[in-house]
Amino acid sequence: MEETKISMYQLYKDMLTSYLANKSEHALYHAQQFSKEMMEKDMSPEETVSLHLSVFQELAEDLPEEVVDSFDILLEVMIGYGLAYREHQSLRDRQQQLESELTVAARMQKSLLPHGEISLDSVDLGVISVPAGKMSGDYYDYALDEHGNIGVAVADVIGKGVPAAMSMSMIKYAMDTLPEQRTQPGALLENLNRVVERNIDSDMFITMMYGFYDPNNHYFHYASAGHEPGFVYDAVKDEFRNLEAKGLVLGVSPKVRYFPDQLHLDAGDFIVLLSDGVTECRVDGEFIEREQLVDMIRKYKHLTAQEIVDEIFQELEKAQEFQLRDDFTLLILRRKV
Amino acid sequence: MQVQTHVDIHSEWGIVAARQAGRKLAREIGFGSVDQARITTAISELARNIYLYANKGQIQIEEVTSSGKRGVKIIAVDEGPGIKDLRRVMEDGFTTSGGLGAGLPGVKRLMDDFNIDSELDAGTSITAIKWLR
Ligand SMILES: Nc1ncnc2c1ncn2[C@@H]1O[C@H](COP(=O)(O)OP(=O)(O)O)[C@@H](O)[C@H]1O
Ligand SMILES: [Mg+2]
Repeated sequence: MEETKISMYQLYKDMLTSYLANKSEHALYHAQQFSKEMMEKDMSPEETVSLHLSVFQELAEDLPEEVVDSFDILLEVMIGYGLAYREHQSLRDRQQQLESELTVAARMQKSLLPHGEISLDSVDLGVISVPAGKMSGDYYDYALDEHGNIGVAVADVIGKGVPAAMSMSMIKYAMDTLPEQRTQPGALLENLNRVVERNIDSDMFITMMYGFYDPNNHYFHYASAGHEPGFVYDAVKDEFRNLEAKGLVLGVSPKVRYFPDQLHLDAGDFIVLLSDGVTECRVDGEFIEREQLVDMIRKYKHLTAQEIVDEIFQELEKAQEFQLRDDFTLLILRRKV
Repeated sequence: MQVQTHVDIHSEWGIVAARQAGRKLAREIGFGSVDQARITTAISELARNIYLYANKGQIQIEEVTSSGKRGVKIIAVDEGPGIKDLRRVMEDGFTTSGGLGAGLPGVKRLMDDFNIDSELDAGTSITAIKWLR
């Protein structure tokens, strides 16, 4: 410490001497570089002011008393700046710590979502889920049972960030305890609703759509808890219809009934499930219309399900300059044969 | 006998008097101008808190020595409302002056040793020491 003080003193003195001699831009540039070094060495503004005065006093003998005294005022003012600077550093350290905690939490959250590929002869599945921040309030799931049924789900916690992510993991754990209801969309949502109602604040809501495809009779059975409608694509007519079902959002009331619906899929037909982060993307400042989304899906429909969702995400991400406002989840399930 | 000064704080005049006493002692002990300014800033913050939140109280300033080191000790005492959540108050960014670095965390930074005791409806006592190097 003492040593660096002495060498700083010498450096500062050389710098000031050179500047006073020729007032060159070069010396000023030197000072600018020097300031970085001072900050690295944790020198506070008040120490810098005091360094300046003592060097100056040595170089210019007999400084007028007023000049020397005026530094008292400057020093006093600089103490405040020094404190603000230190506080800023400590807040920055704390932010870095929070960031790294969040990174770990986000990784844990990711591991809750399925990531294995499902490659089947019966269906083609694709999903993309991207959080707006580090953690996501969107949930998705896909799973295959022993009869070949493929269950798919998208849920959206109203809210963002850490609280939403915590609710999302609750849905995941609740789903895991209900394996026998994976072929009963209504009963599944009723059970989830009970869990959510009991465990989360009354000002948090979760919407969800769950369905499963039975490759033996080609029916898709589904139910919705106030979730953003999806789409069904009819390959023969080249037409999109809304996929919706009535049902209250999860967590509002303990006893809610959900009535499942069903539809037949022909080869090439597909189901689209999404979170409202998709429809709340803004292009040119306006929310995209569902028709625009349909047009995009149609444009890419010759691709695999995974390619379609990836392309749509990329296009929408770019259209809003890589600033997602809400968690984005898009899932496509297509009957192959 | 070591120097000890008591200053009653019940107006901004008291704050200035406490600063003056602190600066005088710091100078006598041999602190440089930067540390003098740091010590007086800490005194200001503590005295202002007394004035603002407890209406009145006292700042004591004395010389301390410990294993050959000399230092200035500031004790701020009041019988005001006390501080409810000490941990929050000592967090950066909590002060009403938010983000300007001063406040109690600032005092802690300016000084070497810092101790705070506070009891709701009974008062607050803060001790801070700066050692001469
Ligand atoms: N002597 C005191 N008595 C009661 N409350 C105090 C006292 N000193 C500080 N406080 C409380 O602690 C808070 C933080 O104080 P401080 O860090 O000095 O920041 P600021 O005064 O800018 O709010 C104050 O807002 C006040 O509520
Ligand atoms: Mg204060």
